[in-house]
Amino acid sequence: MARKRKIATCSLAGCFGCHMSLLDTDERLLELLELADFDRSPINDIKEIRGMVDIGLIEGGVCNVENVHLLHHFRDHCRVLVSMGECAITGGIPSMRNHHTLKACLEESYIRGVGVENAHIPDDPELPLLLNKVYPLHEVVQVDYHVPGCPPSADTLWHVLSALVTGRDPRLPTTLLRYD
Amino acid sequence: MVREEPHPAMDPVREILEMHERDLGELLQVLIEVQHALHCVPDEAVALISDHLRVTRGHIRGVIGFYSFLSDTYLGEYVVYISDNITDRMLGSDGLAIYLCNRLGVTLGKTRADGRASVHFTSCTGMCDQGPAALVNGLPLTRLTRVRMDEIAKLINARTPVDQWPAEYFRVEDNFRRSDVMFRRTPEPGAALKAAMRRGGDETLKDIQYEEAVDPSSGHAWRRGADETLKELYRSDLRGRGGAGFKAAIKWETCRDISAPERYVVCNADEGEPGTFKDRVLLTSYTDMVFEGMTLCGYVVGSSRGILYIRQEYWYLRPHLEAVLARRRDSALLGRNILGTGFAFDIDIHWGAGAYICGMESALIESLEGRRGKPRKRWPLPVVAGLNNRPTVVNNVETFAAAAMIALKGGAWFAGHGTTHSSGTKLFCVSGDCDRPGIYEYPFGVSVREVLRDCGGLEAQAVQISGPSGTTITRLEFDRILAFEDLSTVGTFMVFGPTRDMFDVVRNFTHFFRHESCGLCTPCRVGTSLLASLVDKVAAGKGSPMDVEQVQKISQIMKTTAHCGLGQTAPNHLLDSLVKFRGDWDKRMVTTEFVPAFDLDAALGEARALTGRDDALAHL
Ligand SMILES: Cc1cc2nc3c(=O)[nH]c(=O)nc-3n(C[C@H](O)[C@H](O)[C@H](O)COP(=O)(O)O)c2cc1C
Ligand code: SF4
Ligand code: SF4
Repeated sequence: MARKRKIATCSLAGCFGCHMSLLDTDERLLELLELADFDRSPINDIKEIRGMVDIGLIEGGVCNVENVHLLHHFRDHCRVLVSMGECAITGGIPSMRNHHTLKACLEESYIRGVGVENAHIPDDPELPLLLNKVYPLHEVVQVDYHVPGCPPSADTLWHVLSALVTGRDPRLPTTLLRYD
Repeated sequence: MVREEPHPAMDPVREILEMHERDLGELLQVLIEVQHALHCVPDEAVALISDHLRVTRGHIRGVIGFYSFLSDTYLGEYVVYISDNITDRMLGSDGLAIYLCNRLGVTLGKTRADGRASVHFTSCTGMCDQGPAALVNGLPLTRLTRVRMDEIAKLINARTPVDQWPAEYFRVEDNFRRSDVMFRRTPEPGAALKAAMRRGGDETLKDIQYEEAVDPSSGHAWRRGADETLKELYRSDLRGRGGAGFKAAIKWETCRDISAPERYVVCNADEGEPGTFKDRVLLTSYTDMVFEGMTLCGYVVGSSRGILYIRQEYWYLRPHLEAVLARRRDSALLGRNILGTGFAFDIDIHWGAGAYICGMESALIESLEGRRGKPRKRWPLPVVAGLNNRPTVVNNVETFAAAAMIALKGGAWFAGHGTTHSSGTKLFCVSGDCDRPGIYEYPFGVSVREVLRDCGGLEAQAVQISGPSGTTITRLEFDRILAFEDLSTVGTFMVFGPTRDMFDVVRNFTHFFRHESCGLCTPCRVGTSLLASLVDKVAAGKGSPMDVEQVQKISQIMKTTAHCGLGQTAPNHLLDSLVKFRGDWDKRMVTTEFVPAFDLDAALGEARALTGRDDALAHL
């Protein structure tokens, strides 16, 4: 039998919707587990990738320092890196702040926001510092595949994952790319 | 009731509106005139125009946003647009732009605080053989130098009206360097039209009843003349000179044969392809030939209304064009009773407002109808349902001029020149690194080498044929011929000398397409933007083989899925360059690893400043 594949997943500036969609593959997950093990993932709460994994799935764009570190960690430890969902591919909803300066965004929330007390911009070193803009993954590291959708449907994710673990071409059929 | 005081600053707008009919088709013309008068189209003007033309303010703002030469913010008393074609750049235009900005104390693209002036870049202004070029308040400045920029800055600072500036600044030359059989001597105005009408028999030009004459079943000589002229056009095998090379006779016949209450003849003088300036020369010195060709088309297809759609970069030609039209009306070559036959045809001029896509025929028609210039669905073709959904012939300026000569000298004469599939002669616009830039007329089939020899450009390492959307050829290909069989072209011929960095050319062209994409379809709107960013990334020394692969992928997607010719051809020069001038790319590739286009640590700068943090975790 072929070597079991290893998969890691994470969420950067995303809403976990893409991960929910992954869970929506339902009993097919069991089928997947025959062929692959999950390494670092919110699904099993493992925090760091140990050694190399075959496939890294990332949801969400890159909005802060922590995202950059985690993304680099994935790039360094995943043979194939996949942008999962609109936020990873384009920055998505969080990148709507790109139309404004970071200053304007933070002041809106922490200085002028309704009901704000002790108004100041949070500066605790524990908090990851924000980037000036929200970036899609492929502007920060090389990304091998992009799976569109917000979130990509369970069928779409299943199509891509099952293809990648079995070494097939993960290209999506038109039926999974039509949204109307 | 409180009545709103009429805004005195808006008087010019009211005057302009009085001169125009309440028709949406007038919108762009009104906006252009308002822009010229006020150097912006302010909200108050939008409101007045909206009331007058009965069109929503949103629509008007949409139109203003679309065209480069319209602006909703005040651009200043003096508005300077520096032509940004690669040929201008090779003559130092980018340095001159910065120089002028410094002399005026303005930031590029921003109006000076006292409202005096602003300086911008604009796509090629069609003065490539006499650049570096610019426009000031709509008028062309040619052969700019630092000394000239000093003088211009002084005139602007002294508030000298542009019409009192030295005429020399605005001198535009034809630079017609070589003429062949077509543009040797200009025929007598009216000669082609008379020849066409006489083809039906001698009685044509005697008193006739127009209604009887135009009835296709009447077999009247006048009608026969039109049919015979169409046959001559077929015999000539004339193909459109605007790029696509569609047979003119087929287009005219199709238009004629569709039953419709009205049909139109549109002359496409948008001439937006960077490096192209032949239509400017034709409209300057062969004006009658062009208008005569249009009139002839009206005669053949049965239209009474012609429109010249001309780019605003050529605004300085307005008095000349109006004068020629007036003279032709006076000599019964236009108007209600042309040559006494009762045939009615007249020509209006419609101005563009800075949008390359408006040269694409269905976008041009949208523009004529007072909308944003976005291409329509491919079918029906304009010749079936064009302006106001009526059959419309759209031809290039040079095509109409050729049609006039064909009517005069016959189709066989024309077909006797050129090659099997490209009859006749063609105008070439030679610019760039050569001794004698200008207009050259050759029969189709001339080799690139021969043109280079004549213009003094044999040293060249490359020639860009047919503009950024065309083909880049290298020294190895100089024996290729200019004809639809091989290198098909609108006539653009930009020469690049041996020391030019061909990557700069690519960068200029990619930026051009990003700016000119109309935004209708995603492959082109997003594709042109991604390509420009990737090329900039390579230029900044951050490119890797992954980025080149990305350029190739995006290019393929655009070529196969973009809605119109702009997006389909925009990547051509990139793909050519990657094959033919790879060295100029490779020398910029310092890494095989992927590198972000931006500096990650610098991207934290704003947050560091806002939080006052500078700890280790605040850096990348
Ligand atoms: C992006 C784009 C720009 C164009 N610009 C021009 C132009 O400036 N002048 C022109 O005559 N044709 C231009 N064309 C071609 C026109 O769509 C059309 O084919 C032409 O005017 C037909 O006239 P012809 O048959 O005489 O060439 C352009 C086409 C595209 C796709
Ligand atoms: S793509 Fe949609 S579902 Fe996925 S993280 Fe972004 S917003 Fe959530
Ligand atoms: S290809 Fe470009 S110019 Fe043509 S319709 Fe699409 S966006 Fe507009």
